[in-house]
Amino acid sequence: MNFLAITRATLAKDMRLEWRSKDAINAMLFFSLLVVVIFSFAFDPTAEESRRIAGGLIWVAFLFAAIVALNQTWAREMKNQVLDAYRVSPAPATPLFLAKAIGNLIFVAALEAVMTPLFIAFYRLRPLGAGWQLIPLAILGTWALVVNGTFFAAVSLRTRAREIMLPLLLFPLSIPALVGMVNATTAILTGETSPALWIALLVAYDVVFTTACLLLFETVLEAE
Amino acid sequence: MKRGFTILAVLTAILLSFAFYAALLIAPTEQTMGNVQRIFYYHVPSAWVAFELFLINFVASVIYLIRRSAKADMIALVCAEVGVVFCTVVLITGPIWARPVWGIWWTWDLRLTLTLVLWLIYVSYLVLRRFSMSSQTPLLAAVLAVFGALDVPMVYFSIWFFRTQHPSPVIGGGGSLDPRMGRVLLYNWIAFMALAWLICWTRYRLEVAERAVHEAEAMQSLKEEEAR
Repeated sequence: MNFLAITRATLAKDMRLEWRSKDAINAMLFFSLLVVVIFSFAFDPTAEESRRIAGGLIWVAFLFAAIVALNQTWAREMKNQVLDAYRVSPAPATPLFLAKAIGNLIFVAALEAVMTPLFIAFYRLRPLGAGWQLIPLAILGTWALVVNGTFFAAVSLRTRAREIMLPLLLFPLSIPALVGMVNATTAILTGETSPALWIALLVAYDVVFTTACLLLFETVLEAE
Repeated sequence: MKRGFTILAVLTAILLSFAFYAALLIAPTEQTMGNVQRIFYYHVPSAWVAFELFLINFVASVIYLIRRSAKADMIALVCAEVGVVFCTVVLITGPIWARPVWGIWWTWDLRLTLTLVLWLIYVSYLVLRRFSMSSQTPLLAAVLAVFGALDVPMVYFSIWFFRTQHPSPVIGGGGSLDPRMGRVLLYNWIAFMALAWLICWTRYRLEVAERAVHEAEAMQSLKEEEAR
């Protein structure tokens, strides 16, 4: 099997499993709904203020919700030693990683598609900049979170206290990505500055860390 | 080995006391900031030493990933631990100085943020080392060190887009640093490097001894198993 075929097969398997069980997506949806509701109780902003803070709130909510999905990524493969079976099979490790990362991108993007309208309703948001830019921004930002998240979920598999390790490893590394996403979102919502610099930062972040993850994943998977 | 340690310890003590004397008495009092500026002779050398140690940690981690040598792993571990201690000193002395001079404890300026993020990354590095299964620790830690190093330029650019508030022209910015101040700073830097070297060396020998004990215990229990 070639690279793309393995990626596609793994991705299709994960999607089918999730479609039948709906474990990750339900937990994520409810979790981020709770975050949105709690945030709207904690802050009761005017329309003007909410444009300034919504970028931060929305990405923090997605970051926390993404952790739920990321922690589930590999947990499923631990049952019945699926991951060990994968390791002894001749299939290379990189397509497995890519499939898992794309799967997480789809989950988190689906979550964002559902939660963003809610956010807009609760915070009475109306972007003053070019609103369509939020879509490529969301994809770049989500990829920045899930590519490292998928990688470090695999790292934290090999630790005690697995579930708590992932945010401890992921959050410090994600700080520049988060700064980029939040500032680009705020720039688009307020329309005061151009988000171009921040989007360029996100593109650089995505390229650098995707490369690093693809190069080092095999090392982590084979770690004994 | 033991004699080398004594010599280094005595040398470090002499260097540190001289640097302390120089910071308090040789260096002139700064015109606008007054005596509070003298914390700079601890703050800046600690920062340089911390960054040097993190750099060595990164290089040792890359060497570990290529050669899988236990020695490189031990060097990486020791540098990360001692580096975090020096970085903590930087993060504590900074606000003590900033409060009377800037009127604020903390600001999200380029170097402050970079130092804080580095500190966070290396704390997470130490947490990973503590929580991972012992046979995989070196490899996972080395991978995290590489990711941390890749993150530094990202953090740099993400903060660079804001204006920076840190007093930048003091060193390397072509500003006018009193030559006496520069010399005192150099003494302190050398003294702090000697101290860091002393601690790292001691910690390294401790790690070697610990691993030897661990291995001996494993061999012992293996033999007992065989004898049964």
